[in-house]
Amino acid sequence: MDFNDTPQEAAFRAQARAFLDANASLKTETMAVQETEAELLVRAKAWQKLKAENNWACLNWPKEYGGRASTPMERIIWDQEEGLFDVPTGPFAIGLGMCGPTMIAYASEEQKREHLPLMASGEHIWCQLFSEPSAGSDLANLRTRAEPDGDEWIINGQKIWTSGGHYADWGILVTRSDPDVPKHKGLTFFFVNMHTPGIEIKPIKQINGAANFNEIYFTDARIPDSQRLGEVGEGWAVSITTLMNERLAVGNIMRGPDIPELIKLAENTEIDGKPAIANAAVREKIADWYCQSSGLNFTNYRTLSALSRGGVPGPENSITKVVRASKQQDLASFGLDLMDMGGILNENMDDEFLHTYLSSPGSRIAGGTDEILRNIIAERVLGLPQDIRIDKTVAFNEVPNSS
Amino acid sequence: MNFEFSDDQNLLRDQAQGFLQRNCPIEAVRAVLEGDQAHDTKLWKGIVEMGWTATTIPENYGGIGLGHLELCVLAEELGRCLAPTPFSSSLYLATEVLLMCADDRQKQHWLPKLAEGVAIGTFALAEGAKPPSKNNIETRVQNGKISGCKIPVPDGEVADFAVVLAKDEAGHSLYLVELKDQGVTRRTVKSVDPSRSYAELSFASSPAEPLGKLGDGFSITDQLLNRAAILFAFEQVGGAQASLEMARQYTLERYAFGRPIASFQAIKHKLADMYIALTLAHSNCYYGAWALSNNAAELPLAAATARVSATEAFQLCAKENIQSHGGMGFTWEFNCHLYYRRAKATSLNLGSLNRWKELLVSHLLDSNNVSKTL
Ligand SMILES: Cc1cc2nc3c(=O)[nH]c(=O)nc-3n(C[C@H](O)[C@H](O)[C@H](O)COP(=O)(O)OP(=O)(O)OC[C@H]3O[C@@H](n4cnc5c(N)ncnc54)[C@H](O)[C@@H]3O)c2cc1C
Repeated sequence: MDFNDTPQEAAFRAQARAFLDANASLKTETMAVQETEAELLVRAKAWQKLKAENNWACLNWPKEYGGRASTPMERIIWDQEEGLFDVPTGPFAIGLGMCGPTMIAYASEEQKREHLPLMASGEHIWCQLFSEPSAGSDLANLRTRAEPDGDEWIINGQKIWTSGGHYADWGILVTRSDPDVPKHKGLTFFFVNMHTPGIEIKPIKQINGAANFNEIYFTDARIPDSQRLGEVGEGWAVSITTLMNERLAVGNIMRGPDIPELIKLAENTEIDGKPAIANAAVREKIADWYCQSSGLNFTNYRTLSALSRGGVPGPENSITKVVRASKQQDLASFGLDLMDMGGILNENMDDEFLHTYLSSPGSRIAGGTDEILRNIIAERVLGLPQDIRIDKTVAFNEVPNSS
Repeated sequence: MNFEFSDDQNLLRDQAQGFLQRNCPIEAVRAVLEGDQAHDTKLWKGIVEMGWTATTIPENYGGIGLGHLELCVLAEELGRCLAPTPFSSSLYLATEVLLMCADDRQKQHWLPKLAEGVAIGTFALAEGAKPPSKNNIETRVQNGKISGCKIPVPDGEVADFAVVLAKDEAGHSLYLVELKDQGVTRRTVKSVDPSRSYAELSFASSPAEPLGKLGDGFSITDQLLNRAAILFAFEQVGGAQASLEMARQYTLERYAFGRPIASFQAIKHKLADMYIALTLAHSNCYYGAWALSNNAAELPLAAATARVSATEAFQLCAKENIQSHGGMGFTWEFNCHLYYRRAKATSLNLGSLNRWKELLVSHLLDSNNVSKTL
């Protein structure tokens, strides 16, 4: 057991750090930047492009697709170092974290060479067109229809909650190609240009005031059959590949105040005329959340150690998002409590705790809800039986539905 | 970076599991719980023969000079099977404190005996229902004689010597007291966990020799408790795993409403939460193991983190295991309460959760190593 970098790891870290030092600035304590989405996208694209030009994008992807063919450990070293810097990576999280790996697994060689480098360099942003009004947790309940027409497919239906759909260039799409077979068996998967005629995008305003997710309507939109990923009717298996990568991607993009910020706040607020940090109840909360943060951090290390020895990561990592999202929500709420009546204020929209108070409910839903993730732990990790289900064997169009 | 136990250490784990499955079935724990024995002497003899008591003792003192990582591996396995022996008192407390601060003569005298299992040691700190502090320790040493009362002392009934924290002219210091000496009275006390043994030790002018620097009693004790906390945290994680596994087995086999109760979501989510708490605790223990075996500067923070999360995980798993068993879980005959009892005893044996949470935060604040580990 050794926490220190091996000489190779240390050399790699130094190399990464040199690039970052030369091209970005370290995060500062007060980070809540006021910028519009358009400004953020410009900054994010410039940063991704610079990384790609210098061989620091998509480290674990093969070189011919714009990656670096790095080891898992090198990738994490990069993530650790990049995480210290004030650089925007959010708009690429879904594309690079989920769409890319799905393309690597299912697209043709030619398609990979065409699309992945553009994804890696940030020129093209990708989105995930999975959820629908009646298909979220129960994704396989989706209804968006795909009907074959020569060497094309005609798509009709509606997707919803598509993050970044309004600025994405491409998307991965799962559709129903056969409603007469059981729900998991009639799905077909595509990738689609978001500028295809027949695609209409309507942003949805979120509880935090932003509008990062969208409704996407498909009206006789046409997709060439060459953009099908996996066989006709095998869309569920392809979706699983995406979802396996999802929890990791989502777990890692959650930002917000953590223990250091909470300590700082508690040092600068008062309870009973004394610094809040001296209050036993405050200290107990800090201890509890620290145990969670630290536990997740070292769980991640264990997974990496397994990976770097060529092993398969254990199931430990499945807990990350479920623990983080709730912690983030509770910690942000507690931070506002420390501000006492002043915590009500939202004058500058620059308070990290308030930001997170309003964005964290989404983290508990996106990428698999808390409840679905607990089902997954219970079933896949602990081997407990699935729920009794009435929807698995009957034809999709005979399954009872909300609407 | 490599954050896993080595192949050799995993081999040791396999051996330990095999040995303990044969020699420490749950019936053996129950026999101690229900009987008059202080501990399972047959199991203890086996443990000594396996050489485990010599684990951390250097070769020149009759040990085998393995490291603390090996001891962590053993602790987890002993915790998993609730081993009813004085291993923790003798190894995590007595051996550890001697290694930390005994002089060469004391080491020559005691370490080989501890390694061979011919002596059992313990650590006597508590004086009843209050956290020991400079203001309330009443046990006192004058002219090399100790007087006072320590309760509860783990394995005080069977130990050959105790390291005792006492007041003296230098403030507070540690003393080594041989328990067969005159003036020592031992009384076995009842406890929440009768599968382990606790005693009251009364000293009436018994001979006591200083251990470590005079006046350093509390600072050595704090360091010792940090080290022991990591080892006990592995025991707690082992116990938590066993509780979760027991709940899993039972809920898979028990039917209600025409289906296994493990298919009900309330049960599934309960077990998922147990798994989450356990995994966080386990990972924090790994960090503790690393800090312990490297004497890292982060040791106090790592110890408090491992302690707090392992204590909470074991208590959660033990109580929800009972809940998952329904009425059966509440019977004396089922084994759920063995874990529930051990979970409480280990949550208190080095001071309460409150103490450790407070320590965690104060280390976090003064070491300022928050960002380093997050
Ligand atoms: C911020 C954000 C970004 C998102 N981005 C995208 C995106 O880019 N692309 C995309 O395709 N989707 C995206 N989503 C959608 C997300 O995947 C779904 O919202 C999520 O899977 C839940 O589905 P739902 O909203 O239909 O809720 P429902 O599935 O209707 O769930 C409602 C409640 O019922 C519970 N529930 C449902 N089934 C069960 C069950 N079997 N057991 C117990 N409880 C259950 C849920 O846990 C939840 O509490 C995003 C969502 C959010 C909030």
